[in-house]
Amino acid sequence: MNKEDSKIDINNVVIAITGLKKSFGTLDVLNGISVDIFKGENLAVLGRSGSGKSVLIKIIVGLLKPDSGVVKVLGQEVDKLDKKALQALRLKIGFSFQSSALYDSMTVRKNLEFPLTRNRRNLTKKEIDDAVEAVLDDVGLPQTIDQMPSELSGGQRKRIGIARTLILKPEIMLYDEPTSGLDPITCIEINNLIVEVQERYNTSSIIITHDLTCAKETSNRVAVMLDGKFFITGSFDEVFRSSNTDIKAFHAYNFINANEIIRE
Amino acid sequence: MDAFFGDIYSVAIFILQFFKEAFSGPFEFKEIVNQCYKVGSKSLALVSLTGLVTGIVFTTQSRPSLSVFGASSWLPSLVAIAVIRALAPLVTALIVAGKVGSNIGAELGSMKVTEQIDAMEVSGTNPFKFLVTTRIIATTFMMPVLILYTGFVGMMGSFLNVYQNESTSFPAFFKSAFSSIVFLDIYASLFKALCFGFTIGVAGCYQGYNAQNGTQGVGRAANLAVVISMYLIFIEEITIVQLINTIR
Ligand SMILES: Nc1ncnc2c1ncn2[C@@H]1O[C@H](COP(=O)(O)OP(=O)(O)OP(=O)(O)O)[C@@H](O)[C@H]1O
Ligand SMILES: [Mg+2]
Repeated sequence: MNKEDSKIDINNVVIAITGLKKSFGTLDVLNGISVDIFKGENLAVLGRSGSGKSVLIKIIVGLLKPDSGVVKVLGQEVDKLDKKALQALRLKIGFSFQSSALYDSMTVRKNLEFPLTRNRRNLTKKEIDDAVEAVLDDVGLPQTIDQMPSELSGGQRKRIGIARTLILKPEIMLYDEPTSGLDPITCIEINNLIVEVQERYNTSSIIITHDLTCAKETSNRVAVMLDGKFFITGSFDEVFRSSNTDIKAFHAYNFINANEIIRE
Repeated sequence: MDAFFGDIYSVAIFILQFFKEAFSGPFEFKEIVNQCYKVGSKSLALVSLTGLVTGIVFTTQSRPSLSVFGASSWLPSLVAIAVIRALAPLVTALIVAGKVGSNIGAELGSMKVTEQIDAMEVSGTNPFKFLVTTRIIATTFMMPVLILYTGFVGMMGSFLNVYQNESTSFPAFFKSAFSSIVFLDIYASLFKALCFGFTIGVAGCYQGYNAQNGTQGVGRAANLAVVISMYLIFIEEITIVQLINTIR
C-alpha cells in the first residue's frame, strides 16, 4: 500500500488546533497542543496509554470541551458552535471508536442504516439498502449484513464501525486505535482499509495508535505525544531517526519492536 | 452528604433536560411507541399473574374476618377498595421497577460504558432525546394502562374466588364492588401511576446514562435503578395517600 502524498493540499487546513489544554481535576492531560491537518492528509498520533490521545479527538468532535486553546474544524470553532451547527459539522466527521461502539441491540444492517435514516429523512428504502451494501463492500464484509454485533470478531467490529461512519461520506476521519487488540494479519487489513478510505473518499484523518506499523503504513505524518504536548511532528522516518535523546528514550521505552521497523 | 446533594442537583438537571427535550421537536414518535410496547410486553406476564394471585389471595384471607361479623357480602367492595386504591398501583409499580427499571438501567448503562451513546451523539442523533426522553415517556404513560389492567385482573381473580364460594353472579359481584369505589379513587390511582412510572423511568435512565467504570458500572446502574425506584415509590405512595385523604 502506498499513501499518496501528492493529493495533500497544504493550502487547505481542515483541522487547526492551537494551544489546546485540557485537565480533569488536578490531572493535566493536554498541555498546549498545536497542529494543522491538511486536506487529504493522514496524521498518526502516537503516545502512551493514558497520554490523552482519545481526549484529543473527543475534543475535536465536541464530545469534550477544551479548557483553553482553539480547535477549528473545517473553519468552524467547535466549542463555540450551537447544537444545530455542531450536529451539522459532526456529519462531516467520521469517528471510529476505540471500542467500535456498535449498537448491540441492532443488526449490522440496522447499525449502518441508523446514521443515514436519522440524518437524511427523505431517502427511499432502495437508496438506503444500496448505501449499506456499498459501504459493506468497501470494508469487505458483505456477508455480515444480518448478523448481530455480538457475533462478530474484534476486527470485523472495527471494520463495521468504520463502515458506519463512512456511510455519511465524511470529509474527516478520526480513528481511535483502529488496530489495538487485533492479530497482525487483521492489522494489515485495517491499515489497508484506512489507506483505501483516504484515497476513495478523499478524507483527511487522524489515526490514534500506539502501533508503529499502523502509523507507518497509514499516515503521511506522525506526531508523538509526550506530557500533553506534540513533542515532535514529521514524517515517520524523520520522527524515528531523530537524534533527540528524549525521543530515543520514549521510543525505546514504548516501542520495543520499533528498531526492526526502522531498519527494514 | 455533599455527594447526596450533588446527586439531587444533577437529577434535577436531568429532569429539567427531559422536559426541555420532551416538548421540543423533532419528536421521536416511532421510538416512543416502540418503548411503550417494550414496557408493556416485558411486564405483561408477571403483572397478570401477580394481579390474579393478589385478587384471589386477598379475597380468601379476608373472608374469615368478615364472616365473623356475618358480612361476607361486603367482600367484593372490600376487595375493590383494597385492589383499586392500594394493591394494584403498588404491586404493578414494584413489578415494573424490577423488570423494566432494571432493564433500562442495564441497557443504557452498557450503551454508556461501551461508548454507544457517544457514537450516537457524533453521528448526529441527540442521544438524550432518542434514548432517555422516549423511555421516560413510555414508562410514565404505560403505567396507568398497566395499573388499570392489574386492577381488572385482580378483580377477576377475586370474582372467581367469590363465585366459587358464595356463587355470586358476575353482575352482582361488580355492582357490589363498584358501589364502594368513587371516581376520586380511580383518579388518585391514575395519578399515582403517572408518578410511579415517571419515577421508574427517571431512575433507570439517570443511573444508566451516568454509568461509569465498565461492566461493573452496568450492574450497579441496574441495581440502583430498582432500589431507588422502590424507595421513591413507597415515599410517593404514602405522600399521595395523605394528600388524597385530606381531599376526600
Ligand atoms: N471523561 C473523563 N473524566 C475524567 N478523566 C478522564 C476522562 N476522559 C479521560 N480521562 C483521563 O484522561 C487521561 C487520558 O485519557 P485518554 O483516554 O485520552 O488516554 P489514551 O491516550 O487514549 O489512552 P489509551 O491508549 O489507553 O486509549 C486518562 O488518565 C484518563 O483517566
Ligand atoms: Mg484511547
